[in-house]
Amino acid sequence: MSGKAVDGIAKMPPPDIARKVKGLSDRAIAWIFIAPTIFLLLAINIFPLIWTIRLSFTNFRANRFNAEVKWIGLRNYERILSDPDIWQTMQATAHFLFWTLFFQVLIGFALAYLINKKFKGNDLWTTLIVLPMMLSPAVVGNFWTFLYQPQIGLFNYVVGFFSGVDPSSFSMIGSVNLAPWAIVIVDTWMWTPFVMLICLAGLRSIPDTIYEAAECDRASKWRQFWTITIPMVLPFLMLAVLFRGIENFKMFDLVVQLTGGGPGSITELTSINLKREAFEKWRTGYASAYAVILFVTIFGLASIYVKALNKVKER
Amino acid sequence: MSGFSVTEPSKRQKWISGLLVITYALVTLMPLLWIIATGFKSPSDSIAYPPKIVFQPTLEGYVNLFTTQTRITPNMKDTLPAPNNWYEQIVRDKNMVIAGPSRYGQRFLNSIIIGFGSTFLSIFLGTLAAYAFSRFKVPIKDDLLFFILSTRMMPPIAVAIPIFLMYRQLGLSDTYLGMILLYTAVNLSLSVWLLKGFIDEIPLEYEEAALIDGYTRFQAFYKVVLPQAATGIASTAIFCLIFAWNEYAFAVLLTSGEAQTAPPFIPTIIGVGGQDWPAVAAGTTIFLLPVMIFTIFLRKHLLRGITFGAVRK
Repeated sequence: MSGKAVDGIAKMPPPDIARKVKGLSDRAIAWIFIAPTIFLLLAINIFPLIWTIRLSFTNFRANRFNAEVKWIGLRNYERILSDPDIWQTMQATAHFLFWTLFFQVLIGFALAYLINKKFKGNDLWTTLIVLPMMLSPAVVGNFWTFLYQPQIGLFNYVVGFFSGVDPSSFSMIGSVNLAPWAIVIVDTWMWTPFVMLICLAGLRSIPDTIYEAAECDRASKWRQFWTITIPMVLPFLMLAVLFRGIENFKMFDLVVQLTGGGPGSITELTSINLKREAFEKWRTGYASAYAVILFVTIFGLASIYVKALNKVKER
Repeated sequence: MSGFSVTEPSKRQKWISGLLVITYALVTLMPLLWIIATGFKSPSDSIAYPPKIVFQPTLEGYVNLFTTQTRITPNMKDTLPAPNNWYEQIVRDKNMVIAGPSRYGQRFLNSIIIGFGSTFLSIFLGTLAAYAFSRFKVPIKDDLLFFILSTRMMPPIAVAIPIFLMYRQLGLSDTYLGMILLYTAVNLSLSVWLLKGFIDEIPLEYEEAALIDGYTRFQAFYKVVLPQAATGIASTAIFCLIFAWNEYAFAVLLTSGEAQTAPPFIPTIIGVGGQDWPAVAAGTTIFLLPVMIFTIFLRKHLLRGITFGAVRK
């Protein structure tokens, strides 16, 4: 909108201004201003990406300098896609993604809906609720291991207090059944405010006049909720899901500190698995192919999703 | 609000929703308050069952966090001169002496240096690029902007492999410069997108007036646009700073000593004989507190920052 107008004016400055502009031309200034950014991104993002793609066709190992590096074509890719362990980590990631998004959308929307009732002091409480999401995920993961301690942890104690279960009888991060939920709980605790904030912006963007019109037409509150509130907030909600989805697909720091992928490899999400392959087993070529597959997956899913999001916005 | 409005929630609705939200807030803040409290407990109080809510506060955790200590025998203790200050006293009471400072202070300082260094660079480069994208006709602008955004979609571990190799070749592993450049590159996407939004909102008329008055483009940029964008630049800077401050994946893979930041270090804090939870909690508290304070300052721009300017409110 305003961008277009700006372009037009920048392209064609009124002649009297153009004459007075001294020094470099606009075009030169534009490139001088943009070039350093593009250069840095090329050096630290694109060049490494190309390098990763190249490595993915080799059997290179970063801990062995003298070993001969062989070009092995698509063998890495074949191996990854037929490896059952990888499918298991994909499954763990899918479980994590689905349930974190589910709870965060549910609780986040509910909170936003309640805050939008504009009770006294809602600003203060909103700010307090937001705090967890601004913190360092790795440090958060680390201190949650303390809260999850079976005997002494606050979490177990509170659960025990309300349910009557002995707090030392279960270990959230030590048990195969509970660990996948332990990471979902912490991620939900941390990131629900994010969804809440975006939903709140959506709710506040709905003009009062729409509700007033619905009220005149004698639409019930329930009906108003489903035909006005939900459709108007949906684009915002989908945006929140996009952001959280990408972030949680890449999830590394929080979970690696919390469970380290364990017990066994029950909570080994793709990024943790990738880190093991690349920096513990030093299968650099193999890990590079893995990284390429992950990147293509994220990028592909995100672009399909953005298309859907734009359709919803148009409606 | 005065008068009757159909959209204004009733008193009772406000009351109930307020109650629910405050309950949620208290529950969600409990882990944070617990960690802050644990920092002031003695090691035995921190692992007591049932968990202690009322306890005798002590600074032992903080002393343990910042010092390394060695155990002494009671006989030796008697031969030593009296402790000079309160923290030596705390350590002496446990039959220990302070051997020197711990590495926490150094790691914390690293976080500050790398955080501020990369924030400065990404704001500097980001403001220039954002101005150019906002005001000039740049060929393939949309593609470039999308390219800048897409760099944020890569999993850090995926990029870390070649960066690790590249840094090893260039001698940038475990150096301030390496980490600052890396965080700058990651933060640039955020700073360009956010700042472009802020600059787009500054009316073009101001600059045109300045140009007519005989300013050059550069002068118009730093005498007219920059002051107008100051609030936006400040809030973008805090977002960049918080990101660099919180980052873990690159830090743990590319640094080990010299340039290691606090996030990979805090989980490695172990006391003498078993995990020293008060020291870990103290380190966590000191590390998280600045972010909590900044978040309160950012209140107004929070939404914009976390959504790359997609939602402005």
